[in-house]
Amino acid sequence: MKKADTDMIPTPSQTVGPFFAIELTTEEHCVKCVAGPETPGKRVWITFRVLDGDGVPVNDAMLETWQADSNGKYKHPDDVQPKELNQGKLDQRWLGFGRVATGEDGNCVLETIQPGRVAQQAPHLMIAVFARGMLKALYTRVYFAGDPANDEDSVLRLVPAERRETLLAHSDPARPGYWSFDIRLQGDYETVFFDV
Amino acid sequence: MDSVSTGVSIKPYARPPKGSQPPSLYEPYRATKKRAPLKPLIVLPHTLSEITGPIFGHERVGEKDNDLTCQHAEEPIGERIIVSGRVLDSNGRPVPNALIEIWQANAGGRYRHVRDQHPAPLDPNFSGAGRTMTDEQGAYRFITIKPGAYPWFNHYNAWRPAHVHFSVFGNAFITRLVTQMYFPGDPLFAYDPIFQSIPDERARERLISKFDLETTQPQWAKGFKFDIVLRGPEATPFEKS
Ligand SMILES: [Fe+2]
Repeated sequence: MKKADTDMIPTPSQTVGPFFAIELTTEEHCVKCVAGPETPGKRVWITFRVLDGDGVPVNDAMLETWQADSNGKYKHPDDVQPKELNQGKLDQRWLGFGRVATGEDGNCVLETIQPGRVAQQAPHLMIAVFARGMLKALYTRVYFAGDPANDEDSVLRLVPAERRETLLAHSDPARPGYWSFDIRLQGDYETVFFDV
Repeated sequence: MDSVSTGVSIKPYARPPKGSQPPSLYEPYRATKKRAPLKPLIVLPHTLSEITGPIFGHERVGEKDNDLTCQHAEEPIGERIIVSGRVLDSNGRPVPNALIEIWQANAGGRYRHVRDQHPAPLDPNFSGAGRTMTDEQGAYRFITIKPGAYPWFNHYNAWRPAHVHFSVFGNAFITRLVTQMYFPGDPLFAYDPIFQSIPDERARERLISKFDLETTQPQWAKGFKFDIVLRGPEATPFEKS
């Protein structure tokens, strides 16, 4: 270990606290709609519900989301897949990033397009959860229930079979395009979180 | 560690040394008790999804957004300070074009937030929020006022040391950092479970900014230095099949 390494420990995380909304989730800085009007792909609305260990809605959480476009390509120079960014051609503003804050009921809705398959992974969104009482962000993934690619997804396969369900968003049969995803921070049906 | 095969080569990010990050559950910080997962986290070998992340353009930041003292008709009350530093990765490389967002209490320790019940006055000339982007050398600079310490309900007579909240985006979704910057010599450190939650003392002390005479401007404002280190790519790259 070089001497310099000791000075280069990543800065420790601290909680986002109860008052982040004055900067991070103002109307201007929220990204409730990842996809612009021109963004090609299948449009989806995902309702997230965040619950604590007692099943009480967490009304002061922030979720950040990151995803590929409908081609399964990230808008990022390190995405080395030999395919084109679908959104890039049609929607210059596309980033693939979302940021939403939960309301009193612990819910928040993200409007986006369903990502395509990234390499051999099943379609998924990355989620980072921040809140008062959380000293560091928790990372999870949203997969879409019923997608045949889920069975061969190598990340889902790392998860014990009985807990995989917690990573699946479910569609509302009455409202096409509407999905729901619960984030249970603790408890019997605790969402699977990843050590990234 | 299990490996995942996704058919593309990935340069993974280094993981922070043990004890350098706080745990999710830290009982002295009461609110963690019901908000920390109790089941083991699944160790995830990095895929494209982890090593990519949003890259913001400068359109997210206004020209004066890094000066929290000029957002209103008059200047806010309080001790004017200049907070500056660099964002580097754990290999010592500057992180350019990194979006930094900050928020803080006013000089009296009060946030402009509906849920802040601390009976200290709001300052009509202070919103307490700002943002900037790092330059090519990873450098950033904010002008603000020193926030006051404020009470909270974690335990009897609990007070947070004065701090500025920082949110930083690096190159990847997993280099995302939300943290708090403190001021040197604060007598409240010993009593603050949020600060104390970081096991490694050396890592913890990196959250304390340093008074800096060089960036202090005579007759105008004190300078504080706060460098931020984000996770960087693993030193030895390897290929995945
Ligand atoms: Fe705070």
